[in-house]
Amino acid sequence: METLAGAAAAASTLELLQLSPPGWGANLLQGLWNSILIACGAFALGLGLGTLGAFGKLYGGLITRDLLAIYTTVVRAVPELVLILILYYAVTDAVNQTLIAVGYGRIQISGLAAGIAVLGVVQGAYATEVLRGAIQAVPAGQIEAARAMGMPPALLARRVTLPLMLSNALPGLANLWLIATKDTALLAVVGFGELTQQTRQAAGATKAYFTFFIAAGMLYLILSIGSGWLFAKAEHRARRGLPEVRG
Amino acid sequence: MRNFWLPHRIVMAALGVAVLIWCVLTLRWDWLPNYLGLAAMGIWRTIWLLVLSLVLGMMLAIPLGLAQAAGPRWLAWPARGFCTVIRGTPLLLQLWLLYYGLGSLFPTIPWIRQSDLWPILRQAWPYGLLALTLSFAGYEGEVMRGAFRGVVKGQIEAATAMGMPRLTLLRRIWLPQALHRALPTLGGETVLQLKATPLVATITVVDIYAVAGRVRQDTFITYEPLLLLAVVYMAITGIIVLLFRHFERRLPSRVA
Repeated sequence: METLAGAAAAASTLELLQLSPPGWGANLLQGLWNSILIACGAFALGLGLGTLGAFGKLYGGLITRDLLAIYTTVVRAVPELVLILILYYAVTDAVNQTLIAVGYGRIQISGLAAGIAVLGVVQGAYATEVLRGAIQAVPAGQIEAARAMGMPPALLARRVTLPLMLSNALPGLANLWLIATKDTALLAVVGFGELTQQTRQAAGATKAYFTFFIAAGMLYLILSIGSGWLFAKAEHRARRGLPEVRG
Repeated sequence: MRNFWLPHRIVMAALGVAVLIWCVLTLRWDWLPNYLGLAAMGIWRTIWLLVLSLVLGMMLAIPLGLAQAAGPRWLAWPARGFCTVIRGTPLLLQLWLLYYGLGSLFPTIPWIRQSDLWPILRQAWPYGLLALTLSFAGYEGEVMRGAFRGVVKGQIEAATAMGMPRLTLLRRIWLPQALHRALPTLGGETVLQLKATPLVATITVVDIYAVAGRVRQDTFITYEPLLLLAVVYMAITGIIVLLFRHFERRLPSRVA
């Protein structure tokens, strides 16, 4: 009898997932959209920082290399949650200080921009290591041949190193993308309205904790399984024409 | 080690020391003595959560990996499903699902409230420990699957040919070699697990991260506790890395 009542209660809470106002579905989807935006932005920023960092670590001077080593070590040793708080306060503070120095008033930095900046810096450290390993796995002869032909460094990177390393880098980058989507949940702690935060609000307001948290879990799961499938296709495409690697 | 102290490194180290001295002299540290006891408690709780979730998670991960690598399909599929769900959703969501979900369900069931376990279940840390353990088990189940698969087949065939019982085979041959293969990965995963522990502060467990938050609330000092917190985590990470390096060195490096 009790299980029957429980099942009925669970079925009635499913209505709370409807899109229109008595239901909270629209809030969840809005949160999912915010999460995807932040993950995309952070991943792109991380890729940019990672590419610079990888080339710096491989071809940079002594000081560049040491500074990059400090960056990657510190970011990978301190919890993302702590880094998010430090960078969140520090970035907001720094922007406001400069604005005041230039003569403008304070501004409130949007959660979206701060989230992208913070997670991007974290992603950059991991991407540096992934891309460095991938570049090192490019056959040295290819790069030497391009140098011998007198190819300038930027062209060499664009035409030879980056395309050749892509197949090596993609598994690591896929992993990083999944970490990016999951790390967006941490922004819930600083109160940004991404999926996890929206879910907690909806669940807190309706007391239907299981319904909402499981629904959000399914959204995350669809996102990660879907993007895993896309990355597998991309890797297959990047590997075309290369000998098959057996791990 | 002789090549470490190049001229530019000496300059960088000097700059680092200068920044450190500047931090000590100009930032506010007067709150520190009042919170030392709480901080020690917090560090202790962080380490204790970390170690317990590592041990329990590993005990779950070994059967999970074994089921996926060699189990029958009705065992392999649920194990793979568990790993996919854990790895595909954020830990924070899992933690809140367990804490708010189970935490609101349990008080409505009379026999749980009357049981001896209720004083424990009323606190927050069992849910934090459970979430951390399940998360570690999910990630390590995947690692152990690869490690079990990676053990050379001839080893297992030789043991079977000698008539070794299956449990002894697992205990003497398969598991030790799989663990040996997984050890470098496990070191990295342990650091990741340490970095996951501050999430339990969001469900009111007072670990070292929560202590820093309390200092910020009480005194309105923002940067100093956070900087110190980062240093504490870096120190714990350093200890973990050294420990695993020690373990790896003690094991013979060649897999025969």
